[in-house]
Amino acid sequence: MGLGGRKISSSFRSPDRGDIYTKDRLDMRKIIFSGLLFCSTLCFGQRAAIIKLADLQRLLGEKSDKIHIVNFWATWCAPCVQELPLFEKINSEGRPDVKVTLVSLDLDLDPDPEKVYRFISRKNLQSEVVLLDEPDPDSWIDKIEKRWSGELPATIFINQKTGKRIFVGKALQPGELEEHLEIIKSPK
Amino acid sequence: MRTYSLFTIVVCMMLLLAGKSVNLDYGLGDTVSDFKLKNFDGKMVSLSDYKDSKGVILIFDCNTCPYSRGYNDRIISLHKNYAPKGFPVITINSNDGEQSPGDSFEEMVSKAKKKKYDFPYLLDETQRVGRAFGATNTPHVFVLRREGSAFVVAYIGAIDNNPRTDEGADKKYVEDAVNSLLTGKPVPIQKTKAVGCGIKWKDV
Repeated sequence: MGLGGRKISSSFRSPDRGDIYTKDRLDMRKIIFSGLLFCSTLCFGQRAAIIKLADLQRLLGEKSDKIHIVNFWATWCAPCVQELPLFEKINSEGRPDVKVTLVSLDLDLDPDPEKVYRFISRKNLQSEVVLLDEPDPDSWIDKIEKRWSGELPATIFINQKTGKRIFVGKALQPGELEEHLEIIKSPK
Repeated sequence: MRTYSLFTIVVCMMLLLAGKSVNLDYGLGDTVSDFKLKNFDGKMVSLSDYKDSKGVILIFDCNTCPYSRGYNDRIISLHKNYAPKGFPVITINSNDGEQSPGDSFEEMVSKAKKKKYDFPYLLDETQRVGRAFGATNTPHVFVLRREGSAFVVAYIGAIDNNPRTDEGADKKYVEDAVNSLLTGKPVPIQKTKAVGCGIKWKDV
């Protein structure tokens, strides 16, 4: 799937100067590297991947026994930010029947992902976050969900086993998430 | 038994009809009902006031949404370019001012004055107009063409296909729609979707 995110190792490639690496220098490199690695985990928590429409479609179609909760949000969207804790809560419960993906649409307005990365680390988001990078929304919104007009927030509940989908084009109220889960899990 | 099934059928039909009446968003080709809302200058504005125009570019908009802010100058230009040709802009704010204090009437007044609006910016306090149109996110455009005393929906959707910049947009949906209506041609793209801020509906 390749959702691993950005590589942080590229800046550690050995310089092409034919240097002989002494043990000290190697140790130094190790220290710097682990320091940076530590920092990056501390600062970023997770490196959210930037994905295209095809990746998102694949993600939404993944065979699974779990109910996939896919939330579309953006850092500038107050009701989205307000409802994020609901998804974070259910994600943190480690339920075997639920998978959460938070799809940021920030890039639609602002091509710089840094704001989202900072938001993720500030809020210490643990659910999987991806950033959709697609221009021309009219060309792809229907391919994700026909009932969606593009309003944020929006959430889709997907049951791959029954093929059932629930679409909610507004912020969920506490309790509603569980209600939708109950409905979509029922075999009928 | 017979009465019972008849009763069931009647109830089912009523439910169906009730469900429909809730969902009566305007679609393409529908005639829209007149409305009367308070403008930022305190005066009331009706759609029927526009009986001499060729149509109207009706936009559900607000103060706080970054998409609305990004499109603000483009909305002002639409009015500047198309009002003289018979298609003036009307903007309507349907957001619940309690959930979104930045979209209160006072804030609307200050924004419209600051940006020197020479077109209406109406408050849809009951949200009935937004609901009737099936507006979902801001800015959400409905191009209406006038037929006699009726206003008919000719285009629904986004202003163009690039919320970041005007220059980056290579599909100018609203301009294309209005230009076509002005020259009596069919509207090339009648319905589009765009990412935007969901309208803040009051809890019902």
